Amino acid sequence: MMPDLGKYAVEVTSAYGITFLLILIISFLYWRRGLIIKRRLMAAEARKDA
Amino acid sequence: MSTKLGMKHFWPFFWKLANPKVFMRWSGLCLPWIIALTVLCLGTGLIWGFFLTPDDARQGSTVKIIYLHVPSAFIAINGYFVMVLGSLFWLVRRQHVSVLVAKASAPIGMTMTVIALTTGAIWGQPIWGTYWVWDPRLTSFLILFLFYIGYVALWAAIDDQDKVADLTSVLALVGAVFAVLSRYAVIFWNQGLHQGTTVTIADGVSQKNISSIFFQPLLLSMIGFGLLFLTLLLIGARTEIRAQRLQVLEGLERLK
Amino acid sequence: MIQLFTRDVVLSVRSGGGFGLALVFFLILVVLMPFALGPDQSVLAKIAPGLLWLGALLACLLSSDRIFGMDYEDGTLELLATSPLPLESVYLAKAAAHWFTTGLPLSLAAPVFGILLNLNLEVGGVLCLSLLLGTPALSLIGSFGATLTLGVRRGGLLLSLLVLPLYIPTLIFGALTVNAAALGKELDGSLIPILAITLGAIAILPFFSAMALRANLQ
Repeated sequence: MMPDLGKYAVEVTSAYGITFLLILIISFLYWRRGLIIKRRLMAAEARKDA
Repeated sequence: MSTKLGMKHFWPFFWKLANPKVFMRWSGLCLPWIIALTVLCLGTGLIWGFFLTPDDARQGSTVKIIYLHVPSAFIAINGYFVMVLGSLFWLVRRQHVSVLVAKASAPIGMTMTVIALTTGAIWGQPIWGTYWVWDPRLTSFLILFLFYIGYVALWAAIDDQDKVADLTSVLALVGAVFAVLSRYAVIFWNQGLHQGTTVTIADGVSQKNISSIFFQPLLLSMIGFGLLFLTLLLIGARTEIRAQRLQVLEGLERLK
Repeated sequence: MIQLFTRDVVLSVRSGGGFGLALVFFLILVVLMPFALGPDQSVLAKIAPGLLWLGALLACLLSSDRIFGMDYEDGTLELLATSPLPLESVYLAKAAAHWFTTGLPLSLAAPVFGILLNLNLEVGGVLCLSLLLGTPALSLIGSFGATLTLGVRRGGLLLSLLVLPLYIPTLIFGALTVNAAALGKELDGSLIPILAITLGAIAILPFFSAMALRANLQ
């Protein structure tokens, strides 16, 4: 299934690897911060209403 | 006449969308669909590009890096553009959502700049024989990266939300002026090695610079990167809106 | 406005920094560089224009976080904001005072330091001229950065980070001009871009700096 990348295999795979890694890192950070803030806000709203 | 009438309805509608509550509602409804579309476009575009396109006669398989390099560079520039627009709207209209969109845009744009620079360096080593040259385009991107760092650092340095929103907006606007200036200065300083822009939509249609076997997956991954930017932008802006509300609530609690 | 300018100049001279600080920094750079690179005259002459421009830039940067810092801390700035003088003028007066104590002495001293680096006097003249036209832009940009980082504790680092990309065009055109002169080219219009940056900075930065000052003083 893997295409034949010839002599540039390392370059091409590392470019894809680094890109995916960076995209995953930033997506994860955005997602995690979103979740944390959402939880804290819900807790704060609950305290306010109580 | 008809366009004028259209604009008359468009702007109030646009500003209404930027009301925090309205924004939270529509962005919450859109987000799952946009995420699905992002995964679909980015997945197909990159799988198509990586597995199903032939090698270039001269560049060999390194041509496949283009499906990462060009879209990320495109988003890196447009991320800055979004940042400047958001800042401008904040200074003129005092819409909190717009400055928070600008804030959310910066780290994404910064990441895309890093992706564009690294994939470019990896591609440059076998083709140009060096990872880095002080070519106008590369230099401009490095400068763009510095602008992003400064903007993000300023946000991180100050707690007072309205104050820091004003200051970062001013920085973004002045930065935009100087970014354009740097672009010309750098061209003046060193004529480049980088090839001209390979991708414009018109070129793709007329197939002048780049043949359509490469162009179609490239277009798809550009749309994919664009959607990824939009997804992260919405997630980030929603988080910032919540964070601001949270800060208000916590402030009230401390007063009690 | 003129009073504010003279007050700032006098203060910075009395506080011991003033004219001295920038010049000493410049001196360190010029004296140490030959030890780092070796005494080869042709190498020194080749790097001299760029090095002197870079030195001037760093010297400006070094002192720019003090432009507003003290006045902000002791409340003078708030008094100035309530005075009839618009904040745009406050900014301009402060930037001018900064230039008068750093940019101006640096520009005048640069040809002399150039001699140490085997730069001939003719090129030194061009260097002096380009610095005279370019350092106001550096002071204006530095002061603008200072208005952004007013409220930040130990804002010097952040200030350098913000100002770094803004300095690039001025440095490019400045060093380019002097390098061209060192290669024996005619001046032609190569001073125009530097002048244009300075004038552009005078035109737009007061507006944005005043905005930043207002945000900080709310």
